[in-house]
Amino acid sequence: MPVQDKYQELLTAATQAGVTDLKVNEENGVLHIEGVAPSGTVKDMLWATYDKIDPNYLSGDLVMNIYVDAAVPVTSALVTTETSNLNIRKGPGTDQAIVGKAAHHEIVTVISQTNELWWLIKTKDGEEGYAYAQYLTPQTEVN
Amino acid sequence: MKKHFTFLLMIAAITIGFTACKSKPKDADIKAAVEKALSADPMSAGTTVAVDKGVVTLSGECKDEMCKKHCEEMTAAIKDVKSVVNNCTVAAPPPPPSQEANPVVANEQAIMDALKDQPGLKGMMKDGKIVLSGEIAKAKWQMLKQTLDKLKPAGYDLTGLKIK
Repeated sequence: MPVQDKYQELLTAATQAGVTDLKVNEENGVLHIEGVAPSGTVKDMLWATYDKIDPNYLSGDLVMNIYVDAAVPVTSALVTTETSNLNIRKGPGTDQAIVGKAAHHEIVTVISQTNELWWLIKTKDGEEGYAYAQYLTPQTEVN
Repeated sequence: MKKHFTFLLMIAAITIGFTACKSKPKDADIKAAVEKALSADPMSAGTTVAVDKGVVTLSGECKDEMCKKHCEEMTAAIKDVKSVVNNCTVAAPPPPPSQEANPVVANEQAIMDALKDQPGLKGMMKDGKIVLSGEIAKAKWQMLKQTLDKLKPAGYDLTGLKIK
Protein backbone atom coordinates (compact mmCIF):
# COMPACT_ATOMS: atom_id res chain seq x y z
CA MET A 1 0.00 0.00 0.00
CA PRO A 2 1.51 3.31 -0.98
CA VAL A 3 2.32 5.47 2.04
CA GLN A 4 0.08 8.25 0.81
CA ASP A 5 -2.96 5.96 1.05
CA LYS A 6 -2.02 5.05 4.60
CA TYR A 7 -2.06 8.72 5.58
CA GLN A 8 -4.99 9.77 3.40
CA GLU A 9 -7.13 10.50 6.46
CA LEU A 10 -4.46 12.90 7.69
CA LEU A 11 -4.29 14.70 4.34
CA THR A 12 -8.07 15.02 4.21
CA ALA A 13 -8.13 16.37 7.76
CA ALA A 14 -5.45 18.90 6.89
CA THR A 15 -7.34 20.18 3.88
CA GLN A 16 -10.61 20.36 5.78
CA ALA A 17 -9.01 22.21 8.70
CA GLY A 18 -7.79 24.92 6.35
CA VAL A 19 -4.11 24.00 6.07
CA THR A 20 -2.63 26.03 3.22
CA ASP A 21 0.44 25.54 1.02
CA LEU A 22 0.03 21.84 1.50
CA LYS A 23 2.91 19.94 -0.09
CA VAL A 24 2.79 16.19 -0.25
CA ASN A 25 5.66 14.23 -1.66
CA GLU A 26 6.47 10.55 -1.50
CA GLU A 27 10.06 9.46 -1.76
CA ASN A 28 11.49 5.98 -1.25
CA GLY A 29 8.53 4.87 0.76
CA VAL A 30 8.54 7.93 2.99
CA LEU A 31 5.81 10.55 2.83
CA HIS A 32 6.76 14.18 3.32
CA ILE A 33 3.98 16.58 4.27
CA GLU A 34 4.38 20.31 4.67
CA GLY A 35 1.77 22.96 5.23
CA VAL A 36 0.71 26.02 7.15
CA ALA A 37 -1.99 25.54 9.76
CA PRO A 38 -4.30 28.39 10.70
CA SER A 39 -3.73 27.70 14.40
CA GLY A 40 -1.76 25.67 16.89
CA THR A 41 -4.92 23.70 17.64
CA VAL A 42 -5.08 22.48 14.04
CA LYS A 43 -1.43 21.50 14.19
CA ASP A 44 -2.02 19.49 17.40
CA MET A 45 -5.08 17.85 15.85
CA LEU A 46 -3.00 16.74 12.85
CA TRP A 47 -0.28 15.30 15.04
CA ALA A 48 -2.97 13.43 17.00
CA THR A 49 -4.36 12.07 13.73
CA TYR A 50 -0.86 10.97 12.72
CA ASP A 51 -0.49 9.18 16.07
CA LYS A 52 -3.82 7.45 15.53
CA ILE A 53 -2.86 6.14 12.07
CA ASP A 54 0.68 5.23 13.08
CA PRO A 55 0.82 4.72 16.85
CA ASN A 56 3.83 6.49 18.36
CA TYR A 57 4.95 7.36 14.80
CA LEU A 58 7.06 4.23 14.93
CA SER A 59 6.85 3.28 11.24
CA GLY A 60 9.14 6.18 10.43
CA ASP A 61 7.48 6.59 7.04
CA LEU A 62 6.19 10.12 7.53
CA VAL A 63 8.03 13.40 7.96
CA MET A 64 5.52 16.11 8.81
CA ASN A 65 6.15 19.82 9.09
CA ILE A 66 3.08 21.81 9.99
CA TYR A 67 3.89 25.44 10.59
CA VAL A 68 1.49 27.67 12.42
CA ASP A 69 0.56 30.77 10.52
CA ALA A 70 1.97 33.66 12.54
CA ALA A 71 -0.31 36.64 11.95
CA VAL A 72 2.14 38.85 13.78
CA PRO A 73 5.86 38.28 14.04
CA VAL A 74 6.92 36.62 17.25
CA THR A 75 8.59 39.16 19.51
CA SER A 76 8.58 37.43 22.83
CA ALA A 77 8.47 33.90 24.13
CA LEU A 78 7.99 32.01 27.35
CA VAL A 79 10.75 29.63 28.38
CA THR A 80 8.94 26.30 28.54
CA THR A 81 11.62 23.95 29.74
CA GLU A 82 10.48 21.21 32.12
CA THR A 83 12.09 22.72 35.18
CA SER A 84 15.61 23.75 34.28
CA ASN A 85 17.02 26.94 32.88
CA LEU A 86 17.45 27.27 29.15
CA ASN A 87 20.96 27.61 27.80
CA ILE A 88 21.72 30.62 25.66
CA ARG A 89 24.52 29.89 23.24
CA LYS A 90 26.93 31.80 21.07
CA GLY A 91 25.67 30.07 17.94
CA PRO A 92 22.92 27.71 16.89
CA GLY A 93 24.18 24.34 18.07
CA THR A 94 24.85 22.54 21.34
CA ASP A 95 28.52 22.53 20.34
CA GLN A 96 28.50 26.32 20.78
CA ALA A 97 29.62 27.97 24.00
CA ILE A 98 26.99 28.84 26.59
CA VAL A 99 26.84 32.60 26.98
CA GLY A 100 23.93 32.80 29.40
CA LYS A 101 20.82 31.20 30.74
CA ALA A 102 17.15 32.06 30.59
CA ALA A 103 15.18 31.04 33.65
CA HIS A 104 12.37 28.51 33.51
CA HIS A 105 9.14 30.39 32.75
CA GLU A 106 10.96 33.63 32.06
CA ILE A 107 9.69 35.77 29.20
CA VAL A 108 12.43 36.56 26.73
CA THR A 109 12.63 38.82 23.70
CA VAL A 110 12.82 37.00 20.39
CA ILE A 111 15.22 38.92 18.16
CA SER A 112 15.00 36.58 15.22
CA GLN A 113 13.77 33.12 14.41
CA THR A 114 17.04 32.07 12.87
CA ASN A 115 15.58 28.78 11.79
CA GLU A 116 12.91 26.40 12.99
CA LEU A 117 15.21 24.96 15.61
CA TRP A 118 17.21 27.88 16.95
CA TRP A 119 16.04 31.37 17.83
CA LEU A 120 18.12 34.39 18.70
CA ILE A 121 16.84 35.68 22.02
CA LYS A 122 17.62 38.26 24.65
CA THR A 123 16.82 38.04 28.34
CA LYS A 124 15.74 40.94 30.46
CA ASP A 125 19.25 40.92 31.94
CA GLY A 126 20.60 41.60 28.47
CA GLU A 127 22.04 38.15 27.81
CA GLU A 128 21.80 37.51 24.09
CA GLY A 129 22.29 34.38 22.07
CA TYR A 130 20.72 31.30 20.54
CA ALA A 131 18.27 29.05 22.33
CA TYR A 132 16.59 25.84 21.25
CA ALA A 133 13.19 26.81 19.90
CA GLN A 134 11.54 23.66 21.19
CA TYR A 135 11.64 25.20 24.67
CA LEU A 136 10.29 28.59 23.61
CA THR A 137 6.57 29.19 23.37
CA PRO A 138 5.72 32.31 21.37
CA GLN A 139 3.73 34.87 23.28
CA THR A 140 1.02 36.63 21.39
CA GLU A 141 0.40 40.17 22.35
CA VAL A 142 -2.98 40.66 23.98
CA ASN A 143 -4.73 43.66 22.62
CA MET B 1 61.21 106.46 -24.28
CA LYS B 2 58.97 104.39 -26.49
CA LYS B 3 61.74 101.88 -26.95
CA HIS B 4 62.17 101.65 -23.20
CA PHE B 5 58.51 100.97 -22.74
CA THR B 6 58.54 98.18 -25.32
CA PHE B 7 61.51 96.65 -23.58
CA LEU B 8 59.76 96.75 -20.23
CA LEU B 9 56.70 95.23 -21.79
CA MET B 10 58.81 92.47 -23.19
CA ILE B 11 60.38 91.76 -19.79
CA ALA B 12 56.96 91.75 -18.24
CA ALA B 13 55.62 89.40 -20.85
CA ILE B 14 58.52 87.03 -20.41
CA THR B 15 58.20 87.14 -16.64
CA ILE B 16 54.49 86.48 -16.77
CA GLY B 17 54.95 83.76 -19.28
CA PHE B 18 57.72 82.19 -17.29
CA THR B 19 55.79 82.39 -14.04
CA ALA B 20 52.68 80.99 -15.67
CA CYS B 21 54.66 78.18 -17.10
CA LYS B 22 56.34 77.43 -13.81
CA SER B 23 53.09 77.54 -11.84
CA LYS B 24 51.29 75.18 -14.18
CA PRO B 25 51.45 71.95 -12.21
CA LYS B 26 52.40 68.81 -13.97
CA ASP B 27 49.92 65.97 -13.66
CA ALA B 28 52.76 63.56 -13.11
CA ASP B 29 53.98 65.57 -10.13
CA ILE B 30 50.51 65.66 -8.64
CA LYS B 31 50.18 61.96 -9.19
CA ALA B 32 53.45 61.33 -7.42
CA ALA B 33 52.48 63.57 -4.52
CA VAL B 34 49.08 61.92 -4.12
CA GLU B 35 50.54 58.45 -4.35
CA LYS B 36 53.17 59.32 -1.80
CA ALA B 37 50.60 60.67 0.59
CA LEU B 38 48.26 57.75 0.15
CA SER B 39 50.91 55.08 0.39
CA ALA B 40 52.12 56.59 3.67
CA ASP B 41 48.69 55.94 5.10
CA PRO B 42 47.92 52.31 5.84
CA MET B 43 44.21 52.92 5.46
CA SER B 44 44.61 54.11 1.88
CA ALA B 45 46.98 51.48 0.57
CA GLY B 46 45.76 49.85 -2.60
CA THR B 47 44.27 52.99 -4.09
CA THR B 48 45.17 53.78 -7.69
CA VAL B 49 45.65 57.36 -8.75
CA ALA B 50 45.14 58.99 -12.15
CA VAL B 51 45.54 62.71 -12.82
CA ASP B 52 44.24 64.72 -15.73
CA LYS B 53 44.76 68.48 -15.70
CA GLY B 54 44.81 68.60 -11.95
CA VAL B 55 41.72 66.45 -11.57
CA VAL B 56 42.59 63.40 -9.56
CA THR B 57 40.67 60.21 -10.07
CA LEU B 58 40.95 57.68 -7.30
CA SER B 59 40.07 54.06 -7.84
CA GLY B 60 40.57 50.80 -6.08
CA GLU B 61 38.93 49.18 -3.15
CA CYS B 62 38.51 50.72 0.27
CA LYS B 63 37.61 48.64 3.24
CA ASP B 64 34.76 50.92 4.29
CA GLU B 65 33.03 54.26 3.65
CA MET B 66 35.17 56.02 6.22
CA CYS B 67 38.34 54.89 4.47
CA LYS B 68 36.98 56.03 1.11
CA LYS B 69 36.19 59.47 2.49
CA HIS B 70 39.57 59.64 4.17
CA CYS B 71 41.40 58.97 0.86
CA GLU B 72 39.41 61.70 -0.82
CA GLU B 73 40.06 64.27 1.89
CA MET B 74 43.74 63.48 1.95
CA THR B 75 43.97 63.85 -1.83
CA ALA B 76 42.01 67.08 -1.90
CA ALA B 77 44.40 68.59 0.63
CA ILE B 78 47.40 68.07 -1.66
CA LYS B 79 48.76 71.12 -3.44
CA ASP B 80 47.61 71.73 -7.01
CA VAL B 81 44.79 69.22 -6.84
CA LYS B 82 41.83 70.91 -8.47
CA SER B 83 39.23 68.34 -7.67
CA VAL B 84 38.91 64.71 -6.78
CA VAL B 85 36.82 62.11 -8.52
CA ASN B 86 36.41 59.32 -6.04
CA ASN B 87 35.72 56.09 -7.90
CA CYS B 88 36.84 53.90 -5.03
CA THR B 89 34.58 51.02 -4.28
CA VAL B 90 33.86 49.91 -0.78
CA ALA B 91 34.58 46.30 -0.08
CA ALA B 92 31.48 44.25 0.62
CA PRO B 93 31.02 43.98 4.37
CA PRO B 94 32.27 40.73 5.78
CA PRO B 95 29.53 38.12 5.85
CA PRO B 96 27.66 38.13 9.12
CA PRO B 97 28.71 35.48 11.56
CA SER B 98 27.82 32.04 10.31
CA GLN B 99 25.05 31.97 12.90
CA GLU B 100 22.89 34.13 10.66
CA ALA B 101 20.80 32.62 7.90
CA ASN B 102 21.31 29.13 9.05
CA PRO B 103 19.06 26.69 7.27
CA VAL B 104 18.22 23.57 9.16
CA VAL B 105 20.19 20.60 7.94
CA ALA B 106 19.89 17.04 9.05
CA ASN B 107 23.30 16.12 10.38
CA GLU B 108 24.85 14.47 13.41
CA GLN B 109 25.14 17.81 15.20
CA ALA B 110 21.46 18.60 14.69
CA ILE B 111 20.54 15.20 16.09
CA MET B 112 22.83 15.75 19.05
CA ASP B 113 21.11 19.10 19.64
CA ALA B 114 17.69 17.47 19.60
CA LEU B 115 18.70 14.56 21.82
CA LYS B 116 20.68 16.60 24.32
CA ASP B 117 18.00 16.37 26.98
CA GLN B 118 17.10 12.74 26.27
CA PRO B 119 19.89 10.80 27.93
CA GLY B 120 18.09 7.50 27.31
CA LEU B 121 18.28 7.88 23.55
CA LYS B 122 20.96 7.36 20.98
CA GLY B 123 20.71 8.77 17.52
CA MET B 124 22.63 8.87 14.28
CA MET B 125 22.22 9.57 10.60
CA LYS B 126 22.28 6.73 8.13
CA ASP B 127 21.69 7.26 4.42
CA GLY B 128 19.80 10.45 5.20
CA LYS B 129 17.58 8.66 7.69
CA ILE B 130 17.51 9.27 11.41
CA VAL B 131 18.18 6.11 13.37
CA LEU B 132 17.08 6.15 17.00
CA SER B 133 17.46 3.64 19.77
CA GLY B 134 16.68 3.64 23.46
CA GLU B 135 13.69 4.46 25.61
CA ILE B 136 11.65 7.61 25.85
CA ALA B 137 8.38 8.66 27.47
CA LYS B 138 5.52 9.14 25.04
CA ALA B 139 4.98 12.86 25.71
CA LYS B 140 8.67 13.58 25.17
CA TRP B 141 8.76 11.48 22.03
CA GLN B 142 5.81 13.39 20.56
CA MET B 143 7.69 16.61 21.09
CA LEU B 144 10.96 15.17 19.83
CA LYS B 145 9.43 13.76 16.65
CA GLN B 146 8.11 17.21 15.76
CA THR B 147 11.58 18.64 16.32
CA LEU B 148 13.32 15.94 14.30
CA ASP B 149 10.87 16.30 11.41
CA LYS B 150 12.07 19.90 11.09
CA LEU B 151 15.41 18.45 10.00
CA LYS B 152 13.54 16.95 7.05
CA PRO B 153 15.27 13.59 7.13
CA ALA B 154 14.76 11.07 4.34
CA GLY B 155 12.94 8.91 6.89
CA TYR B 156 13.42 7.09 10.17
CA ASP B 157 14.65 3.78 11.43
CA LEU B 158 12.94 3.40 14.78
CA THR B 159 13.25 -0.33 15.24
CA GLY B 160 15.42 0.20 18.32
CA LEU B 161 13.09 2.73 19.89
CA LYS B 162 10.85 1.88 22.81
CA ILE B 163 8.08 4.19 23.97
CA LYS B 164 7.41 4.01 27.69
